[in-house]
Amino acid sequence: MTKGNGVRIQGQKAGRSAACCNAAEAKRRPSVAETLTWQEVPQAATRLTLKDTLGAWRVRWGIGRMKFRVQPGLYAVGQPGPESEVLVTANYKMSFDLVRSQLSGRNLWLLVLDTQGVNVWCAAGKGTFGTEELVKKISETRLAQAVTHRRLILPQLGAPGVRGVEVTRRTGFRVVFGPVRAEDLPAYLDAGCVATPEMRRVQFTAGSRLELSPVELVSAVRPLSVVMAVLFLLNTTGLVQAGWRELMALGLAVLAGGVAAPLLLPLIPGRAFAWKGAVTGAVAAAIWVWMASGGMPWFSVPGTVAVMMAISSFMAMNFTGCSTYTSLPGVVREMRVAVPLQAVAACAGALIWLSGYMMQGVI
Amino acid sequence: MMKLRYIEADKGLTLETAECTGCGLCRMVCPHEVFAMTEGKAVLADPSACMACGACAMNCPVQALSVNRGVGCAAAIIRGGLTGSAPSCDCDGGETSCC
Repeated sequence: MTKGNGVRIQGQKAGRSAACCNAAEAKRRPSVAETLTWQEVPQAATRLTLKDTLGAWRVRWGIGRMKFRVQPGLYAVGQPGPESEVLVTANYKMSFDLVRSQLSGRNLWLLVLDTQGVNVWCAAGKGTFGTEELVKKISETRLAQAVTHRRLILPQLGAPGVRGVEVTRRTGFRVVFGPVRAEDLPAYLDAGCVATPEMRRVQFTAGSRLELSPVELVSAVRPLSVVMAVLFLLNTTGLVQAGWRELMALGLAVLAGGVAAPLLLPLIPGRAFAWKGAVTGAVAAAIWVWMASGGMPWFSVPGTVAVMMAISSFMAMNFTGCSTYTSLPGVVREMRVAVPLQAVAACAGALIWLSGYMMQGVI
Repeated sequence: MMKLRYIEADKGLTLETAECTGCGLCRMVCPHEVFAMTEGKAVLADPSACMACGACAMNCPVQALSVNRGVGCAAAIIRGGLTGSAPSCDCDGGETSCC
């Protein structure tokens, strides 16, 4: 029985018992005669294949993002029994892979909700990782016939979408919020389902900031190609001689806003992302002036610098959506100031750059 | 790791202490340690760290908490402004979705 999406039958090795929280609860047997056994549901392998890893890499670069999903439903990890724990996750394949890869040697159930291929936190914000979907999946998968206890372990970041008390009222299942990160699952389970304060806190490490950069860069490709097309058209009119200097300025600005600003986020003073991007954009512009501006009409140089800062600032501002600690009213506050400034800098900068070429030889 | 701080803004985060039963669920689900427990009740120990995800208000069994939840995403706000709708991640929009 092989299912798609990297879900395969796993070897029949005996695993550790995963029943940990409140074993007394598990004593009660359901009145339903029909029980659901692990042989009747698909297996979730705990070892990721090369294909899984390559898939994650592709998605990080924004390729096939919305197709990266698994079939929702109930899965078996190892050989779970009626007293094994039930973990709940989203059907974004990256979420599913992260969770199952932490569960090797264990026997438990994995309930995958249909979040339309979106990760737990974003889906909880939208409500697709939510009370309704959880209640629906509990009944659809006949979970009550697979386990005798009535306890579900959800990722903590599912809490914005799932109202635990309502799930209990409607299904009898008690919702327990586990750790934020899948990699803390083994320690959490081994500790008898106790999360340390550290496990409950969302972090935003340099590593995860860097992981999110490629998608930002890819999103810049389309607007950049429009700009390059415009430069090319201007060149054909003979008004300007745009070339590698302009391309280098654009590239450096994109890297400053899409890679340097996210990576150096805690190190750049100030709180507004647009400001942080303007700072890295200014540094990138300084490097560009130093290394690559020679030969350009001198009047075009400050215009290019303004455009670079605007691009970098805008890209860093868009990184608010990737971050784990920005609020909607906060982003609105920064945008009220930043967007007009970015627009003015970009438009005025482009005009100054253009006029530099047009006045070439005059001044 | 140092705690990253964002711009101060009113997120409408309120806690009706009189209603609070001290169950501690808000403290458990909050990803930014906004809550602490003192004398058997929840208190807003660090409201400026709140990102308005809504987890606490969603799970408070006695509805003592409220917050104006929303996504802190500039791209969503721009898209919302252009289409005249509320800012959302809009991941149903096919290949362009981000999260």
